[in-house]
Amino acid sequence: MSAARTSIYGKERMKVMKTRSRRMDVLKKKSTPYLYLFPTIVLMLLLLVVPIIMVIGYSFFDNVIVNKEPAFVGLKNYISIVNDATFWVAVKNTLIFVGGSVVAHLILGMAFSMLLNTRYLGNKTKGIFRVLYVLPWMFTGSVIAILWKMMLNPNGIMNFLLEVLHISSNHIEWLGSRQTALFAVTFINIWSGYPFYMISILAGLQGISTDLYEASALDGANSVQQFIRITIPQLKPILISLIMLDFVWTIQQFALIWMTTGGGPINATETLSTYIYKQGFSKYQYSMASASACIVLVVCTIIAIFYVRHQKARD
Amino acid sequence: MKWKTVLKKGISVLVAGSMVLALAACGGGSSSDDDSSDSGTGSGGEESITLEFQQWWGVELPDGFLAEICQGFTDETGIKIELLSNPYADTKTQVAAGAAAGTMADVVGLDGAWVYDFAKQGSIANLTELMTADGYDDSQLSDQIQYEGNTYMIPVVNFAYPMYVNMDILEAAGVEELPTTWSEFIDAAKKVADSDENVAAWAIPLSTESPSGIQNNFMSWLWASGGSMLKDGQPNLTDNGDLEATVDFVKELFDEGLVASGAYAMKEADMVEEFTNGRVAFMTDSLAHLLTIKEGAPDMDFQFMSLPVKDGYAGQSGMDVANWGIGIAENCEHKEEAMKFVEYLMSPEVNAKLAIAANAFPGNSNADPDYADADPLFLDAYAIYQECYAVNEFTGLPTSEELMRSFDEQLQLYLDGDTASTKEMLSATQTIWEEAFK
Repeated sequence: MSAARTSIYGKERMKVMKTRSRRMDVLKKKSTPYLYLFPTIVLMLLLLVVPIIMVIGYSFFDNVIVNKEPAFVGLKNYISIVNDATFWVAVKNTLIFVGGSVVAHLILGMAFSMLLNTRYLGNKTKGIFRVLYVLPWMFTGSVIAILWKMMLNPNGIMNFLLEVLHISSNHIEWLGSRQTALFAVTFINIWSGYPFYMISILAGLQGISTDLYEASALDGANSVQQFIRITIPQLKPILISLIMLDFVWTIQQFALIWMTTGGGPINATETLSTYIYKQGFSKYQYSMASASACIVLVVCTIIAIFYVRHQKARD
Repeated sequence: MKWKTVLKKGISVLVAGSMVLALAACGGGSSSDDDSSDSGTGSGGEESITLEFQQWWGVELPDGFLAEICQGFTDETGIKIELLSNPYADTKTQVAAGAAAGTMADVVGLDGAWVYDFAKQGSIANLTELMTADGYDDSQLSDQIQYEGNTYMIPVVNFAYPMYVNMDILEAAGVEELPTTWSEFIDAAKKVADSDENVAAWAIPLSTESPSGIQNNFMSWLWASGGSMLKDGQPNLTDNGDLEATVDFVKELFDEGLVASGAYAMKEADMVEEFTNGRVAFMTDSLAHLLTIKEGAPDMDFQFMSLPVKDGYAGQSGMDVANWGIGIAENCEHKEEAMKFVEYLMSPEVNAKLAIAANAFPGNSNADPDYADADPLFLDAYAIYQECYAVNEFTGLPTSEELMRSFDEQLQLYLDGDTASTKEMLSATQTIWEEAFK
């Protein structure tokens, strides 16, 4: 009798063990991807999420780091920033800088990519030009700033060329004059950023099927109509992604502006990034800097939400 | 088959491991350029103390010089020094980060402009207490930078800011004598501007990124004529006749077109380049750039002069100085030993050696550097320096850089015509400065 019980018990036990081991297998399978992601998640938490939460926390105190006993002040820092005239100048300059850069990047990127996608040139020629046109993107912000600062020096090569071509007759202080500084800095940013658009749009153009163009040609469409009715709609998803990414990246542009003009003359090129930097590292007002940074974070997050939604819609 | 699998797995582990290592290496040691003068820290179970010394001097001195000096200290006391040498800007970032995190190096090189804020933060140690505890005679120190009556930084060597003069330009313009007063300077400047449209008489770097031009190129005029921008350590920009006269003088230079163009975006390095390329006649700049200019323009005939003074001023001139200062971190666990190291660097013999190597003047007034092998121009500058008193009113002020920046912005507004008068400009600046002193 006990042998029978044992065998029933044994069978039950085996059933339970089999279920358990099946569950373990399932668990293992499900957790394997997360285990692969685990190191990256830890790094991102430590290097991204934790600092962001700390900065958001800092923005609610009277001053941190330099103050041994920070006191909670709620939204006081945000109110001070919103009441600061320089902040609104920085916002205005940032909008002009970002708007100008994004639009020009789009136009230049589109133009160059269409040039590089032409069937009237051989592949080797196109290859050489592709390398040349992409060069500005290869340099880091500091190198670009130093190079352009030298070129835009009142005694530099730009003014020399303008005088030789009789376009201007005096030494224009490109980066030293309130009238031209923001334009000059935006121009440098446009120069350094268009290759990203060019390469991405070029990839998109090469993905458009030539059947569409052939069919439209049969219907009697000219090149302008082809561009508006075929090229742009086909490139639309890429263009929207590019615009959103560029918007976020350009808002955060710091090195270029800091190393060329430092936000000056006076506040002609003061942008949100230089405003935050000065608050933190010059005035030692780390809480105010944190609060300004949080405002930028909110703006970038809103754009990022639209970007992710757009990407999901594509999928 | 099995061997292939093992190989594949081994390679993937190797690649992953080296990527992790590369990430750690990139994050950790990108800026620090460790240059240990000791060969084995923490060897065996010894009690030997190692002090970290964070500075930018090692980068600007001849190779291995600072390590040798530190070895001398180790030979005397057995205390080891670990040098953390980085360029100036990186040192500032590292010291500031260390101050925030409480992990500052034991001994730190400091710029006078940083002292107030670090002292207020409680990140640097009170040197007056340490000197008293050690029985150190501080009368030999040419200067001590203080906060609330206590010393927090000692200048180790001083860099003077005399006026460089391009004699070739003056000769071509027909200027025979070096100007000694402001009106003589304006006359000479006008002659220079008239003789060549590509040459400017004077330059001032007013970039708001690095507004040191206000200290070195603007206030130097005020200090040379015995003036002051402070009263009892507080801003005194209004009802200050000397300062008003200085602002008017600089405005006149701008209005007459005597200043190098691009001033609002110019930094000190740009100004030195303009001078080296023979496009500026007079320039107030650090003696530390003497060799750079000589190398860049070996055929240029230039010399030093003391700054012209306000017409009618007959007293002693103040000469603007910047310095390599030294301090001790509050989080240092071996403050007495660190103080000994500071005293060693300030001792007359070592201080003299440092001064010669750095082309600077000693911070110890008893040090007697033998500049026999130095450039004759350097000796001229030293002679001029000895007739003046060293001054830099920005050292030890709260948020010095920001004070310079706000003065710079108000000056630019006035020069552009946005502000109606000198009094208005100074009054606006006074209001901004008073906020920083609260």
